[in-house]
Amino acid sequence: MNSPRTEPGQPLLQVENLQKHYAVRGGLLARTTAVLRAVAGVSFEVMPGQTLGLVGESGCGKSTLGRTLMRLEEPTEGRVLFQGRNLAEAKGDELFALRRQMQMVFQDPYSSLNPRMTVGEIVREPLLVHRIGSKAEQVDRVSSLLQTVGLAPEVMTRYPNEFSGGQRQRIGVARALALDPQLVIADEPVSALDVSVQSQVLNLMLRLQRERGLAYVFISHDLSVVQHMSDRVAIMYLGRIVEMGPVDRIFAAPAHPYTRALMQAIPTPDPRRRRERVPLQGETPSPTALPDGCAFAGRCPYAVDECRRTPPALMPLDAAAAPARQHVVACVRRSELPAFDPLAGG
Amino acid sequence: MALLEIDDLRIGFETEAGLLRAIDGVSIEVEAGQTLGLVGESGCGKSVTASSVLRLVPTPPGRYLGGAIRFDGTDILQLPREQLSKLRGRDIAMIFQDPMTSLNPVFTIERQLGEVLKMRFGLDRAAARARAAEALKSVGIADPERRLDAFPHELSGGMRQRVMIAMALLCEPRLLIADEPTTALDVTVQAQILHLMRALQHKMGSALLFITHDMAVIAEMCDAVVVMYAGRVVERRPVVDIFEAPRHPYTRGLLDSIPRRAQQAKAELPTIEGTVPSLLSPPPGCRFAERCAHRAKLDAAAQRRCRDEDPALQPDGTGWVACHFPLNTAARS
Repeated sequence: MNSPRTEPGQPLLQVENLQKHYAVRGGLLARTTAVLRAVAGVSFEVMPGQTLGLVGESGCGKSTLGRTLMRLEEPTEGRVLFQGRNLAEAKGDELFALRRQMQMVFQDPYSSLNPRMTVGEIVREPLLVHRIGSKAEQVDRVSSLLQTVGLAPEVMTRYPNEFSGGQRQRIGVARALALDPQLVIADEPVSALDVSVQSQVLNLMLRLQRERGLAYVFISHDLSVVQHMSDRVAIMYLGRIVEMGPVDRIFAAPAHPYTRALMQAIPTPDPRRRRERVPLQGETPSPTALPDGCAFAGRCPYAVDECRRTPPALMPLDAAAAPARQHVVACVRRSELPAFDPLAGG
Repeated sequence: MALLEIDDLRIGFETEAGLLRAIDGVSIEVEAGQTLGLVGESGCGKSVTASSVLRLVPTPPGRYLGGAIRFDGTDILQLPREQLSKLRGRDIAMIFQDPMTSLNPVFTIERQLGEVLKMRFGLDRAAARARAAEALKSVGIADPERRLDAFPHELSGGMRQRVMIAMALLCEPRLLIADEPTTALDVTVQAQILHLMRALQHKMGSALLFITHDMAVIAEMCDAVVVMYAGRVVERRPVVDIFEAPRHPYTRGLLDSIPRRAQQAKAELPTIEGTVPSLLSPPPGCRFAERCAHRAKLDAAAQRRCRDEDPALQPDGTGWVACHFPLNTAARS
């Protein structure tokens, strides 16, 4: 398939100040009573063949971000560039061609596959929509895609309800690969799966990345899975990225107090290393009432008055680091925090 | 005598395709004051086992096919209804993954907590309200007076789970059963809830039967662990031994599947290939045999034995294991 390829050194995906707001309506006349800023200004890049892990807890905006990237939601503000082309400006054939390059894998393999279509029809549908190949070629391609994800071509005539969660997620991956995309946005792709099946799907995604040079935006609440899958990691809190950097740096030396609290909150599969103290009190505040300053200040053990006044910008920890090694954090106290202790409480 | 003894319990469900044997000869003991973890993947029967203790398995389609559940020596399965409801909420309380299972959406929090207090301690309204407010405070709910007047849907998921814990603990049960209590919660809220459960359990000396699919949560919470697979108990051991010297290949596989810090990023993760056998017609031998990586290394006669002969749960010094050829207890690789 002849599709535009990325120039060397050029990011595959560039996201600039992306925002997605929702009007919250209430009262007698359903007037807008508040604005929910689900994504409140997010910028990042994804290089070809690389994985950006997007982590955060419920309500942080990571799923809305994924859907906005795919244009399943219209952004309120900001730009998404794919191979340097602004998706909002692309029209006709060019938009069609660009869209082929980005595909999505969803969390719930039980609801994301149409139960009335056979597996063959599900995987073939993108080829039909994009009018790629003759019928015979399409069927051949479906058969080879199913084999690629570890399913027998014979399953083509069967229906999704005949398959387990892990097998359904393989079908979802086969469908996402049908158009030979360069970028797959995977929103919690293994969260609904048992741990033994989860590792099968993760291995499949890693193999596809090696073989096809796929780039992933891997959205998950599970830090250990993100650590395993990612080259770079972005941590989101209330619609913003609070920290982003190379996976090894983020996990060895997390700099934002929220990233640290997240890591300290994960139970360790080692009964000899139990936590004695709770890392973080309180719950995420409502995204309709974002505070003026740092959104995390209300729960942060290190917050000072300045934190509550101005929202902190993402700043490099080491301005001299190479672009691929940049580690940025949105915390005014970034240089004053004590060294990170994974088992400590806040 | 253990506080809770589940003895050779068998429960099936009538389905269109026949009788599904969800749990098929499960024996579990919980000692007073102990935290026992019950772990396994979907369909292993852990939640059915937990629900059976309070006879919450719906019949039909469920059917108790055999065995006994003894609480303090009394067989719960033989208990008349009215005695069973006395036991519920007084001696045994249960917390579910979804708090809305047990919270009534049309009643305020005060009313729901008040019921417990009226039933258990015969308190009047004012006394019950004061006690309920105190309980909410003890589970870390700020502004408890205001929350008492709230309806369940006005609270966050974490807060509802705290209310459930408060409600369960108000009756000071001797046994608390928690079925995936933190699975639906964010990790920072999970940490708070687990900490809270441990602190309150310690204070009251209740026994805790903790059901989860998450081995890391087991490591954090439990004294001993029961691993279930396809309706059976396959291994039981003190928590440190389960993690450091598992002897059933399934337990080992579960532990190996967890992505860990020490692993090389993007390296192939160990998996358990294949899928769980159908409980409509389980295989005659070991139910894990088809997926067992350890079995593949055995000679042909041994492999046949795994396939044909059902392994019994046998004591082995530190615990119990149901495997013809258990793993060596040498340290994990």
